Amino acid sequence: MATPTAPVRILSVLLENEPGALSRVVGLFSQRGYNIDSLNVAPTEDRSLSRLTLTTACDDAVVEQITKQLNKLVDVVKVQDISEGPHIERELMLIKIRARSPESRTEVARCVQIFRGQIIDVAPSYYTCLLVGDGTKLDAFIAALGDIRVLEVVRSGLSGIARSEKAMSL
Amino acid sequence: MADMLSGGDILVRSLQDAGVDILFGYPGGAALHIYDAIFRQQAIRHILVRHEQAATHAADGYARATGRVGTVLVTSGPGATNAITGIATAYMDSIPMVVISGQVMSHLIGADAFQETDMLGISRPVVKHSFMVKRPEDIPAIIARSFYIARTGRPGPVVVDIPKDTTHPHLKVPYTYPEAVQIRSYQPTVRGHAGQIKKAMAAILQAKRPVLYIGGGTVLGNASEPARRLAELLNFPVTNTLMGLGAIAGDDPRNLGMLGMHGTYEANMAMHHADLIISLGARFDDRTTNATEKYCPDATIVHVDIDPASISKTVNAHVPIVGPLDRVVEEMIRLLESSDQRPDPAALEQWWQQCHSWRAQHGLFVRPNHEPSQGSLIKPQDVIKTLYRVTEGDAIITSDVGQHQMFAAQYYHFNRPRQWLNSGGLGTMGYGLPAAMGAQFAYPEATVACVTGEGSIQMCIQELSTCTQYHLPVKIVNLNNQALGMVRQWQDMQYEGRYSESLYEESLPDFVKLAESYGHVGVKITRFEEMEGQMREAFALRDRLVFIDVQVDPAEHVYPMQIATGSMRDMWINKTERT
Ligand SMILES: Cc1ncc(C[n+]2csc(CCOP(=O)(O)OP(=O)(O)O)c2C)c(N)n1
Ligand SMILES: [Mg+2]
Repeated sequence: MATPTAPVRILSVLLENEPGALSRVVGLFSQRGYNIDSLNVAPTEDRSLSRLTLTTACDDAVVEQITKQLNKLVDVVKVQDISEGPHIERELMLIKIRARSPESRTEVARCVQIFRGQIIDVAPSYYTCLLVGDGTKLDAFIAALGDIRVLEVVRSGLSGIARSEKAMSL
Repeated sequence: MADMLSGGDILVRSLQDAGVDILFGYPGGAALHIYDAIFRQQAIRHILVRHEQAATHAADGYARATGRVGTVLVTSGPGATNAITGIATAYMDSIPMVVISGQVMSHLIGADAFQETDMLGISRPVVKHSFMVKRPEDIPAIIARSFYIARTGRPGPVVVDIPKDTTHPHLKVPYTYPEAVQIRSYQPTVRGHAGQIKKAMAAILQAKRPVLYIGGGTVLGNASEPARRLAELLNFPVTNTLMGLGAIAGDDPRNLGMLGMHGTYEANMAMHHADLIISLGARFDDRTTNATEKYCPDATIVHVDIDPASISKTVNAHVPIVGPLDRVVEEMIRLLESSDQRPDPAALEQWWQQCHSWRAQHGLFVRPNHEPSQGSLIKPQDVIKTLYRVTEGDAIITSDVGQHQMFAAQYYHFNRPRQWLNSGGLGTMGYGLPAAMGAQFAYPEATVACVTGEGSIQMCIQELSTCTQYHLPVKIVNLNNQALGMVRQWQDMQYEGRYSESLYEESLPDFVKLAESYGHVGVKITRFEEMEGQMREAFALRDRLVFIDVQVDPAEHVYPMQIATGSMRDMWINKTERT
């Protein structure tokens, strides 16, 4: 199973956009004792299909089993471990930050600028910011805020795509 | 012009078009429109069981005996949940089955309506796939897909949940059954990789101490005949898993018998010392490997299976081959026949001598691991040997779970596939009698015997009534040891004989009277010398169910028994000797 040092895998799954399909994927993980660290899913340009990105930390033998078991699900069209090769990964974060005093408002704005984020909602007592990046960048942003109070964090979970002309499609 | 039919009629017509001739089920509110449709047709025979668990086991027994898809119909809520054990049993042993469950009306789903259960949710971990019907016009395609999924690739159970409103008699739509099924996300492998098969052949030619390790996939994949031919061509020793019994004839001289926890001494020793293991449709489950880190240290493993996820799951395969067993093995045979290369005959001769000497040392039939039966001391092993003689080795045998099951597996030589029907993966007590019913429906003329224990038989004993209704002449051979014997064996061996809840304190029924009260024949066997005669008389009653209650030695254990955390060769040979 997942050892503390096990590498993080990014599994990309093309799935029939059918009721129950997602629960089969999630159920498979709990049934077989695999972890899901993050999961995101939405329909693709072809509404009959969903694309799901799932991260899990595990060794080679386990990821091989996960991939095979996922492929066995009738609703799964394709599975790819995109972390095996060159790929792009991004995560979106909405973060609500306490910003009352002029100093903290400037500081938050500065951090957002450095991390190439946006302030998308402004209120007298807080800012809501949008950041996009890989997981470590988002972690780094939160760390950079230092003592400034974070009120709420919403992260999308990782989305990824392989860097290759070959597309994962039907 | 397509016929205009209600959802209930469409379902029944679809089942007919899917080739169903027998349906095991039990009615209830959510399924009543369907039951009315069944009443108004003749093509499908419905069998009314006494408990939904039995419906699934009977369909499973039918499927195992025939290779066809077993079909079940139950109502929502408790009907559906009662079916779960049988669905899980079929799932673990990859048995093709379609289970139709009634559901509350669509608009009530989620409202905790009367007899509502989330059947798709509750069955999800134990099905190959499942469907929820939304509209009556979707039923034919869903049924066609269900049967296709259930029987192709690695077979398994499929659940179809049907809300009552979609079967309503007033809602009529045109009926057409799809001519072909295409599922873009489901494409089972149809042939093995040629390069991998060549690699396997190279490993075979190198082998000096080979074993063919045959699993249930060989039976399910109809690959018994090619597997036998391969063994013959190569003159390799063969061993079977519990599920593979019968794939290679039990009395074939190349057959070392079953392997694993209660496998034969020679089979387990051969596995441990092998330099090549060719696994055909076995899944290296923990009851057959003992401790995997000590598993067969010298062996190169060739693993052929239809399911890629079975390969290298518990034991790493050096040469994996994904594909249908029959085609892969036939391809191996073709390659062998088109070449004159063979494994080193001298090495093979030596290996055979080794295997023979293991058999001579502790073979079950050469050196019995128990005292002889005499008078009122009847050894369960001797009951199975007698059963084998009385039925001339030709009966379809079903079994439950416990010592009796292992004795049946060890001492009845199964000489053809689909002759031995048993819950191997889930180990479901209660399986035996309903499975025997399913087999008897499939083969009305065959002798079908259920080898059971007084514990297991009571888990589906109500089916004696079903057997009365349909005149099923099943023979029940009850190895009555007055205890949950297998539990007690473990308590003897690991808990210093503390029999925690494995005894019934004089509460067992008189099985003879019980059988008689259902209109069957009951026979009690208490003396060894009379056993064969009594059994012959019982089996001579061709058209009656006979409950044969045999009082066996309660102290007997099943041997060999592998020692947990050990390797394949670590076993108890009998109560006092170990390897
Ligand atoms: C439904 C179910 N419950 C519990 C068990 C655990 N179990 C395995 S063997 C056994 C004893 C079976 O007793 P019996 O049917 O009399 O067979 P015996 O071992 O005595 O031959 C039990 C309780 C099981 N396999 N299935
Ligand atoms: Mg018993």
